[in-house]
Amino acid sequence: MGSATDRPASPDAADRYRAGVLTYAQMGYWDPDYPPKDTDLLALFRITPQDGVDPVEAAAAVAGESSTATWTVVWTDRLTAADTYRAKAYKVEPVPNAPGEFFAYVAYDLDLFEPGSIANLTASIIGNVFGFKPLKALRLEDMRFPVAYVKTFDGPPTGIVVERERLDKFGRPLLGATIKPKLGLSGRNYGRVVYEALTGGLDFTKDDENINSQPFMHWRDRFLFCMEAVNHAAAATGELKGHYLNVTAATMEDMYERAEFAKELGSLIVMIDLVIGFTAIQSMSKWARRNDMILHLHRAGASTYTRQRSHGVSFRVIAKWMRLAGVDHIHAGTVVGKLEGDPNIVQGFYNILREPRNPVDLQRGIYFEQDWASLRKVMPVASGGIHAGQMHQLLTYLGEDVVLQFGGGTIGHPMGVQAGATANRVALEAMVLARNEGRDIWNEGPQILADAARHCLPLKAALDTWGEVTFDYASTDTPDFVPTATPA
Amino acid sequence: MRISQGTFSFLPDLSDDQIRAQAEYCLAQGWALSIEHTDDPHPRNTYWEMFGQPMFDLRDAAGVMSALQAARSTFPERYIKINAFDASRGIESLRLSFIVHRPRHEPGFALVRQEERGRVVRYTIRAYATDRPEGERYE
Repeated sequence: MGSATDRPASPDAADRYRAGVLTYAQMGYWDPDYPPKDTDLLALFRITPQDGVDPVEAAAAVAGESSTATWTVVWTDRLTAADTYRAKAYKVEPVPNAPGEFFAYVAYDLDLFEPGSIANLTASIIGNVFGFKPLKALRLEDMRFPVAYVKTFDGPPTGIVVERERLDKFGRPLLGATIKPKLGLSGRNYGRVVYEALTGGLDFTKDDENINSQPFMHWRDRFLFCMEAVNHAAAATGELKGHYLNVTAATMEDMYERAEFAKELGSLIVMIDLVIGFTAIQSMSKWARRNDMILHLHRAGASTYTRQRSHGVSFRVIAKWMRLAGVDHIHAGTVVGKLEGDPNIVQGFYNILREPRNPVDLQRGIYFEQDWASLRKVMPVASGGIHAGQMHQLLTYLGEDVVLQFGGGTIGHPMGVQAGATANRVALEAMVLARNEGRDIWNEGPQILADAARHCLPLKAALDTWGEVTFDYASTDTPDFVPTATPA
Repeated sequence: MRISQGTFSFLPDLSDDQIRAQAEYCLAQGWALSIEHTDDPHPRNTYWEMFGQPMFDLRDAAGVMSALQAARSTFPERYIKINAFDASRGIESLRLSFIVHRPRHEPGFALVRQEERGRVVRYTIRAYATDRPEGERYE
């Protein structure tokens, strides 16, 4: 594909290492005959070369800049097994229905990466290359990790199966709500909302991503009032309850202090934000594993690099990194709510988090087969603009192993927070019961909810208030292998 | 109070037809059904008494319904639940667990608070029913 690459990838060594500038393809970063090894890490990039830049050379440049290359020939390569360490772009193909965009497949030798370090992995794969001038845009679409590499990570400290066993909750999605307003409540008032939501029927309540330790509510106050609410609600219902105490803070020392306090108070879950960084996430994962704590990750900041289709990092890659790094919960989309999410693409994220092995599934945006090698499963969290009236859609799209978080849909209920929680729980149980009975919940869902509302006034009020609310906007991040976005 | 453990506790008590439909669903998935009962419904009481072994070889929901009838007549004042166990690799755990029988009166739980320094409180959940010896609760 282009004259510059017609020269053999590995010319005579003396010739190859003569000082000067070669194309990346000439330097050996393009090898269409390379058979990827089972032990290689694989990456799929979507590249948009600048006008006039050969896509093969652009792919080779991506491989080079994310592995060993610099802009010129260096003789010191000859002190190393350079042919092994060089990443190889081995396939370039046009993206369907996207002129100017190409998929570039790159293979990396296992020894390029430190075992068990997401920071090291990402420093290579997304470290330099995203600002590279010959590309207009670059997106990391997917990655494949060899089993040998997967086994260097601890993965989720708890995982879906053990979380359910600890909570004694089976056979239905878990229910949560984020406390609103997200900023401004005092600790005492905040705990009131927690208590009402949990006694009403939710399993969890949640701090929002930016609730840390502000003038209106210091973190210790929040933790103390929330745990009073959690324990009181457990006694009132005979059921285990939890509140995700957000331990995100300025330093690791602060986070450990907050997490230790949460443990001392008997919380079974703590929460962190994605913005704390990959190293801090892995540190908190190890802390959670040592302390039998469920670790909830709020993907605060993720959309800054996941949303646009042409540039950034796909959320499916973030999901894979977070399963390796070891979190128990991660926000992964709702399909029907207020935040970005095409149904197929979101199901791809869920499969990555929950399945023991992912087959290639182009329609869901999964480009590589991935064996998770018994790494525990991450519970996806669906949050943002969802309500009881969508229960049949949520259960159909997202399945059973998910936390459904109804923030506004609980707290904004016309009869109060407790009634809002009850409406959600009744709607959920009625829908699971009907699905298990073999009913067609996709089509009969509204009727199933209306029937359930006959013995539950709060559900009736919820359906009357929000029954018609939808967020029907076209997704920006849609599959490349179906012609249009699937209707929500 | 009504304890809300189990998959369907927020719905009106399930009829036998509804219970049978859930059992048929579980059997169709290849899960093994079992029946457990207790007079100590503390949320951290993991090990209720087993009413026989899990029914690994059961194919017909009628079997679990007759076992449920036997459990109800033996323990009319206890909680009884049906569990569905999935032995698939990577799960090897319960997939459904729902209460199918309750005592007539559910007294609920006390929250015992032990105050410590620094405003910390140690919480203990205590079932009123367990003030009496095992076997004599709910009578």
